[in-house]
Amino acid sequence: MKFTLPIILVVVTAVLIGLALLGPEQTRNVVGIAAGSAVYTRKATTPEQALKNLLSDVQRRNWDRAIAEVSKGSITDKQAFIQDWTGSNGSLRSFSALEGFESRPLHITNDEAQMRVRLHWTTPVGPIEDVRDFHLVREGDVWKTVLPKVEIPNVPARVIPVTFLRWDLVTGGASDEWGAKNVDAPHVRIISMNAVDSAEGAVVMGEVVNEDTVPAFVNVNATLVDGAGSAIDDETSFDKIDHVLLPKQVSPYRIDFPNFNLKNVKNVRMDVKASLVPASADPVIGVMNQKIESDSQGKSVLHGDLFNQSGQTVNISHVIVSFYDNNAKVVWVADGYEDHALLPQSSAPFAVEIPKSIAPKVQSFHVVVDQYSLNKS
Amino acid sequence: MPASVTAGDEATISTSGSGKATFYLLGPGVSRRSDVNLGEEIRIQGQDLRNAGDYLALVCSDSCHSGTFYVVAAKPAKLTFLVHPSRVPVGLSDAVSGVAFPFDQFNNLVLTPKTISFQLAAGDKPLFSRAVATQNGVAWFRTASGKSAGLLQVNASLDDLSAKRAVQQVASDPCNLRITGQRIPIGIVVQTEPVHDCAGNVVPDGTIVTFSATEANGKSTVDAPVKQGVARAQIEASGATVVSVASGVVMGNELRIGAKP
Repeated sequence: MKFTLPIILVVVTAVLIGLALLGPEQTRNVVGIAAGSAVYTRKATTPEQALKNLLSDVQRRNWDRAIAEVSKGSITDKQAFIQDWTGSNGSLRSFSALEGFESRPLHITNDEAQMRVRLHWTTPVGPIEDVRDFHLVREGDVWKTVLPKVEIPNVPARVIPVTFLRWDLVTGGASDEWGAKNVDAPHVRIISMNAVDSAEGAVVMGEVVNEDTVPAFVNVNATLVDGAGSAIDDETSFDKIDHVLLPKQVSPYRIDFPNFNLKNVKNVRMDVKASLVPASADPVIGVMNQKIESDSQGKSVLHGDLFNQSGQTVNISHVIVSFYDNNAKVVWVADGYEDHALLPQSSAPFAVEIPKSIAPKVQSFHVVVDQYSLNKS
Repeated sequence: MPASVTAGDEATISTSGSGKATFYLLGPGVSRRSDVNLGEEIRIQGQDLRNAGDYLALVCSDSCHSGTFYVVAAKPAKLTFLVHPSRVPVGLSDAVSGVAFPFDQFNNLVLTPKTISFQLAAGDKPLFSRAVATQNGVAWFRTASGKSAGLLQVNASLDDLSAKRAVQQVASDPCNLRITGQRIPIGIVVQTEPVHDCAGNVVPDGTIVTFSATEANGKSTVDAPVKQGVARAQIEASGATVVSVASGVVMGNELRIGAKP
């Protein structure tokens, strides 16, 4: 009797190990979707296998073999191909890894195929999904991927004069007389707040402004309160805010309460915390050609271009958008990270998805760009 | 038993009877025990009476007898002065406040009323002067901020003691925000006129001005900082464009720029 439980545990463990060894392909039964795995077939007799070979080699950073799987008709070179997948200039992509992928055929004939791939990246700012379409052709009895020309931003040598402007912070010593050298925290204010239920849970969002004349490091916290006046949960805006606000700058914020429903909430307590922070007024990033359109998957997406107007490289840009209804009320806040670096005086496209339930309400929007530069403290 | 003693001064307590006794002194931060002769005066050193407050004196031989006395703060030797805020927009009523606390040389709060003089000055120009008597050891004032940006000197004085603080008066929200612009080969360049508040103070450099350019096929925005009094942005727009401007919650004028010829 006393051996029954250990025996059951051993059997269950063996079954689980066996299932795991069967791999993800055997456990996923979605028709038409091929998932990324380490299985490599030398001769790709199907478009799915050809694409899987290519992406598996990209995953392993086996560049020579990956290039060998590319059609001769491709107009990209090896260096550009590698840079496209590994990033450069300290971009988010250069700190990311391709964790997996799922491909779906869009159109297949005897000689050509169009495949759509959902790429899953692991990044320092969390998992990021990317959708790419690939064109494949049959060369003899082998399928190969045709890669489009990869545009590597090339910045001409030039001198860009910048009136440098930054704020430094000098803190007093411990021996200072009481009250002699106190500097107040920046004055920031929540200018709008809206709480809604979403598919993932309750969401509190709005906008905050730095009303002061010095930069502020800002964090917005929200506490959900039930009918009895007790706090149910409290969360912070985390990265759904531009934390460093220059004087008079407005930032959206969003606070997620996963698995909470507003029907149990009587009140939301808001708390904005601001502290002094060293900051720089540069670089300035313009947000050009902003437009809401439907993408190839039928989703509403805000598209635009980020234009780095300064003379320094922006390694990682973070786009945060507040969407307003026709009463200028914030109905959603969305964000996205740009995985390529923004070189001086150059542009890069961005896209932020709008949830299907929100899209019909959106009348206008406000985009802010937070940026991270490796040469900045 | 003395009714009241000044902090740091010596004190004496007279006793009656004869023989040996034990004297105990208990007070704020003080606890002493010594042997005394009844019938003689008990001398308490000034260093045992540095802290203001209630003291208990206890003499025990066959029986114990006690009494209390109060130690008051000595004359003011230090003025602690707190001023709030450290930065204030101009033209705000009741925006600047200050509070002063006189302390003696032993850091006791002086509770006896003293008259403290508060003076505010912007540069050499005096703005405000008021004499305020302390109540329970505290004197305070509250006043409006001035009209001009710059350093506001705040002084509190009591006899020969004084404490100086400074408040940075800063420009208020931008007022009459106006932009001009022109088309250039790669888009348009827009810039503000020098950005002032309604009192004519130049807003500090670094203040963010948001330019929004709307044309038929989309919108472009740039959050540009004011530099040397002016904010400037370059916007990619080729069609007829309407450019608007805002800083914080303040809107400016709209500018219409024709399509690229």
